[in-house]
Amino acid sequence: MDAESLLLSLELASGSGQGLSPDRRASLLTSLTLLKRDYRYDRVLFWGRILGLVADYYIAQGLSEDQLAPRKTLYSLNCMEWSLLPPATEDMVVQTSVVKGRFMGDPSHEYEHTELQKMSEGEKVFEEEVVVQIKEETRLVSVIDQIDKAVAVIPRGALFKTPFGPIHVNRTFEGLSLSEAKKLSSYFHFREPVELKNKTLLEKADLDPSLDFMDSLEHDIPKGSWSIQMERGNTLVVLRSLLWPGLTFFHAPRTKNCGYIYVGTGEKNIDLPFML
Amino acid sequence: MGDTPPDPEPRPQQPSSRRSSQVSQRRSRELSHLPPTISEEVPRIAFDDRVLQSGQGILASQNNFQDWSSGPPLTQQENLTMFQAEEDQLGGVEYPSLNMGFQPQPYLEEGGIQAARNTSLMQPLQQGQGSLFQQLNSAYLETQPNFLGQFNMYQGEDLQFNQGAPHGPYMRDDPALQYSPSELGFMPFNVEVPEPEPRELAVQNAKAYLLQTSVSCSLSLYEHLVNLLTKILNQRPEDPLSLLESLNRTTQWEWFHPRLDTMRDDPELEPTYETADRQKGLFLRSGAAGEGEQEMEEEVAETAVPNVMETAFYFEQAGVALSSDESFRIFMALKQLVEQQPIHTCRFWGKVLGLSRSYLVAEVEFREGEEEGEEEEVEEPMEGGEGLDAHAEEEGEEDEEEVTDVIPKPMWKPPPVIPKEESRSGTNKYLYFVCNEPGRPWTRLPHVTPIQIVQARKIRKFFTGYLDAPVISFPPFPGNEASYLRAQIARISAATHISPLGFYQFGEEEGDEEEGGAGRDSYEENPDFEGIPVLELVDSMANWVHHTQHILPQGRCTWVNPLQKTEEEEELGEEEEKADEGLEDMEQEVGPPLLTPLSEDAGSLRTSTLAGATSTVPRTSTPPCQPPFSTSTPAARKSWK
Repeated sequence: MDAESLLLSLELASGSGQGLSPDRRASLLTSLTLLKRDYRYDRVLFWGRILGLVADYYIAQGLSEDQLAPRKTLYSLNCMEWSLLPPATEDMVVQTSVVKGRFMGDPSHEYEHTELQKMSEGEKVFEEEVVVQIKEETRLVSVIDQIDKAVAVIPRGALFKTPFGPIHVNRTFEGLSLSEAKKLSSYFHFREPVELKNKTLLEKADLDPSLDFMDSLEHDIPKGSWSIQMERGNTLVVLRSLLWPGLTFFHAPRTKNCGYIYVGTGEKNIDLPFML
Repeated sequence: MGDTPPDPEPRPQQPSSRRSSQVSQRRSRELSHLPPTISEEVPRIAFDDRVLQSGQGILASQNNFQDWSSGPPLTQQENLTMFQAEEDQLGGVEYPSLNMGFQPQPYLEEGGIQAARNTSLMQPLQQGQGSLFQQLNSAYLETQPNFLGQFNMYQGEDLQFNQGAPHGPYMRDDPALQYSPSELGFMPFNVEVPEPEPRELAVQNAKAYLLQTSVSCSLSLYEHLVNLLTKILNQRPEDPLSLLESLNRTTQWEWFHPRLDTMRDDPELEPTYETADRQKGLFLRSGAAGEGEQEMEEEVAETAVPNVMETAFYFEQAGVALSSDESFRIFMALKQLVEQQPIHTCRFWGKVLGLSRSYLVAEVEFREGEEEGEEEEVEEPMEGGEGLDAHAEEEGEEDEEEVTDVIPKPMWKPPPVIPKEESRSGTNKYLYFVCNEPGRPWTRLPHVTPIQIVQARKIRKFFTGYLDAPVISFPPFPGNEASYLRAQIARISAATHISPLGFYQFGEEEGDEEEGGAGRDSYEENPDFEGIPVLELVDSMANWVHHTQHILPQGRCTWVNPLQKTEEEEELGEEEEKADEGLEDMEQEVGPPLLTPLSEDAGSLRTSTLAGATSTVPRTSTPPCQPPFSTSTPAARKSWK
């Protein structure tokens, strides 16, 4: 959610029950403004909170002019002092996929994972058990990246693509209408499109290239991995991801308010197909 | 848009009347002010009609129109250049011919050249005859109302305009060129026609081009641009150039989706209004009648409604909170529930998120002696089930007689049904009411049976939000979503309701030892509780205890041996005596007793404690400490089994 409308967004996203205490909110307001100034970001998003056993991580992201460019991620334990996280690489994701369970809450904590590695000494090739140390920071980075790629949501029309390439916030975005807001096809993944080129020509003909340049949520697998609800008597539409439980996207139809926040343990819900 | 003049009457039958109106618009010097010029246009329209009638017929003229309309940019360019080139050349040869008479023929050569000549001629004409026009102007004004009469006069002169060659593009614009002053019996038309300068003519042509609409779309580009620019000027957005495309799209969209009349209801917002009405009922109820105020004062001391706002405040400090207005609505809804049902104590248990809707759960205790009528309903299907089994056995016996081969009877007997616990004890200690939204009616959940708890431990399903939805899973869950919800509530309550050590104590009235090792199942508040410092509460798990009974693997809190024959079982189960011998002896299941500290929990590493970070949190835990409400996601996150 945008740091500029933080209080309102927190209020609207609180239907899931996870909010922020008043002291955290106050510290966020100040520290996010300072972040924007220091790092010269165009927009600062408060991404959410990953619950750990000993402490929670508060995550913020900074965006540049081009909304789809890779974002800078920062974390903090007390909402005041922020540390920049390295960008995620595929190796990191692979490496941390073996770590299961809750986050500890201590960024320097190291998970130990034993795995069999083929070592060759001279002519012999044998397998040896190697204990690999995985830092929690790495795990944090890869989890945030996975969540962003999988379930970050933006409504259709909130961003538009200029002919020169960069993607801008659409300042004339008035919000989705009520009928559009209830359909999953009006929401896009907030990431580089993956499925777009697989569409048939007929489908592509209906698309508007300045607005429909991202994947829509409609074709997510498994089907039904999004729960869409109207709250507050139809004045607020809330999307909750069932694949990463804890991600809440809210949008007030016919207004500009929208945003998403993740408050959860950082664990993917692998049982999703069985639970539907 | 603003330029569309109302069609004056004297042009009724012209199929191209619309076109002629465009022509008349072209003529108007100013683009936006119509009334002063309309008097000028009317007579011109008369001319138009005749011009159109004449010649090759209307179709041809229409064709010309089309050509003209597509041509003007080029021709106008040519006009202007040529005009400028010939500015000084008054075309001396042609000048006297102008004075002689406005013969249309010389001007009906190729269109472009004609146009050039026209424009070059018009200018000197204007200059030369300015004074003449002024004199005639006054004459015109006097005779203005009679223009209709003049219209009739000119019909006879149509013959003049029967031209073999196609009309040039600007012919129709310049009646002054077509009529010599001497031929006309009435000058004012000419006088009043201020010869359009070539630039203005070009503008008028361009405007007419922009005003054209196509068959598929009734919006002309001109109107669209007017809308767009009006919108931009009204709204004055920053950096409008970058917004241009979006504004363009929005304006087009708005044209085709006009705002509904204020008298009509917006169908999209219907559900919103309905919900708002329903919730209004919540708020009004609290201030119901002035008469009841005194009664309400007396009841305040006894009211069972919990102070939801206060607990919500504390939870908010901890970071677990619904928004404050939602908490207030829940408070109102609980109040409504208390008024409707005979409730002794009530507590907001929590919110369970579902796929389509969510559940708000209230934990209540009925007053002493209040019978719950649902028990009888629940028993009936059980009896019906037993009847069916007996019937099936009879049919099996009949088959045996008919067929020579004895079908082996299955040896498998379903495991004995463990009876559910009594109300007000064990897992059924409290009653639970659910509703989907504050304002909707509260529904009571049935008591939970041990088999439901056992099965619920094995499956993981999302809640849909509808209580009667089936739960399709493997192993199959006996019941619908209401029972599943109740089972999950029971499991959550049993596992996670904790309080600081010493807050609750056992009542002294109960004996120290009870039969069968069944733990004490009741507790009371400790009046001498002084609070434990926060740091100690955070550091050690031993300072927290469970105050709900642990559910045994059997599914109950107190153990029951299902093999003990009750009277009912003896009637039906005489054949089962043989089977009993095969079963192993059931061992009594024992669980940790009430008020066990958390440090004894299996897998206790999974609970996390966090201290409030600010100094505003009081040093000692405050006395009104109620068990934390569990806001659980459908995949209930629990600390232990």
